[in-house]
Amino acid sequence: MNACVQTITDYGLRAIGIGKRLLPREDFTLCEQFTLIGSGMIWNVYFGVLALIAGFGFATLLALGKASNIKVIRKPSEWFIFLFRGSPLFIQFFFGYFLFLKLKTVFPIFAPFTAAWLGALVVLFFNTSAYTAEIFYGALRSIPKGDIEAADAYGLSGWTRFKRVIWPTMLRLAWPAYTNEAIFLFHATTLVFFSGFPAWQQRGDALYYASYFADKTFNPFIPYPILAGYFILLTLCVIGLFSIVNRRLNRHLPANTRQRLRIRPNLIR
Amino acid sequence: MSIYWSVLTVLLLLGITAPTALAFGFAGASAARSRIAPISWLGRGYVAVVRGVPDIAFFLFFVIALDQVIEATRHHVLCPDWVEPIRQGSDFVVCQAAKMPLGNAPQWVHESYGFAIAVFTFAIVFGAFAANVIQGAMAAVPRGQIETGESYGMTSRQTFWRILVPQMWVYALPGLSNLWMVLIKATPLLFLLGIQDIVYWARELGGIKTSRFTDYPHGDWRMWYFLALLVFYLIFTRVSEITLERLMARLTRGQATTAGEAQRKAGTI
Repeated sequence: MNACVQTITDYGLRAIGIGKRLLPREDFTLCEQFTLIGSGMIWNVYFGVLALIAGFGFATLLALGKASNIKVIRKPSEWFIFLFRGSPLFIQFFFGYFLFLKLKTVFPIFAPFTAAWLGALVVLFFNTSAYTAEIFYGALRSIPKGDIEAADAYGLSGWTRFKRVIWPTMLRLAWPAYTNEAIFLFHATTLVFFSGFPAWQQRGDALYYASYFADKTFNPFIPYPILAGYFILLTLCVIGLFSIVNRRLNRHLPANTRQRLRIRPNLIR
Repeated sequence: MSIYWSVLTVLLLLGITAPTALAFGFAGASAARSRIAPISWLGRGYVAVVRGVPDIAFFLFFVIALDQVIEATRHHVLCPDWVEPIRQGSDFVVCQAAKMPLGNAPQWVHESYGFAIAVFTFAIVFGAFAANVIQGAMAAVPRGQIETGESYGMTSRQTFWRILVPQMWVYALPGLSNLWMVLIKATPLLFLLGIQDIVYWARELGGIKTSRFTDYPHGDWRMWYFLALLVFYLIFTRVSEITLERLMARLTRGQATTAGEAQRKAGTI
């Protein structure tokens, strides 16, 4: 028991560079595997949360752009969404990494972008913006005509109409799909250290450590189920948070007509 | 030369996996509909388990696990007098005759074995998602259609094959085409499974410091190779979109859906 507490203090924050330098090399205990994989989850949460928050705003803009009547705004938004939804995230990571490497040689300001903490975050941010924008665009198109007519009848227009009627309705319609997108994004964060971005000083995410253990022990039956367990916990947290927001968005509806969140797991993007 | 092979590998993987996954999906969905409880549980269980596990963890885990299960089974059958345990600490030891493929097999056997395992893994994973889609599609065929078949005196097997299956495709196609897009974008994961696919070659050929291509007269071209890959996938996605749209129009002909009705009206005017 004490040994395990010692392991947690040694490796609990290993993923962000605090604690012992060397990873355990032999005689792996269950405690070490749990601690290190859990420590790697810090990165998954970091990438997921920041990309989600930043992506939300950008996605709203993109969705409005795609729904716009002005061609100069519509075309770039459509292309952006198609570019990031039409190609594998895996390739995007690779391309992003080498692009930043190239840019670094010309403009030194791009140096931090070649590290995972910023470069991968940028790629994930663009990717989730594109996927979310498509969801929001679909929701924008399915706003009931009556809602907008009612807003017009009340004399709302422009920014007020958007803020009070269109945007809340869009969010309400998009929320179940957006929840799935959020879960999916957290799963996608596992790709970061598996593609171009190197794990500096073996500071990696949960999958990085899980595959480290699987490589060293030739036994996939322990680290991957641990990883799956952590992700199920994370997914449950995300579902919990999103259903609180969902309840808030639908608070004006009678309880029995509210739509419940339906969780539909996705595959690789 | 090998880079052209690798493009072919990806196309081959798609060509083999798609029908196999469809077969798995069809079998899974039919099993889930079965009136015999254990078969129904089997079908439902398969869909639930595979869809619940996070994406690439499954790919990483399943390939090693499958490999080890095959080797362990062969070990027990071929070398019954072997007394030492298979798992010795962190090593996985089986007798020489149980190695899969055999240690003295030629290179191409090793490669096609790896490829076969990859195809099988893809088929299992995508089969579960396809089963889910097909299950929904089967439930979406109007009840009246099946009742009509029954009133003509067809047995339940006949209504299944002659009425349900031909009509279900139009409901299944949107989901299946979505799955196809995901499958296209999942192919770079082959790289993770250790197969020399296009991602591998983009990294190798483009890099400067690779052992095999040190005398290449250019710098770091990996960025451009990955850009080419990105464009390859985008074009592939776009072509698939157009093809699937045509297929959908063809399948809709004469169906009892809104789109089918619209087509009929457009034809008569």
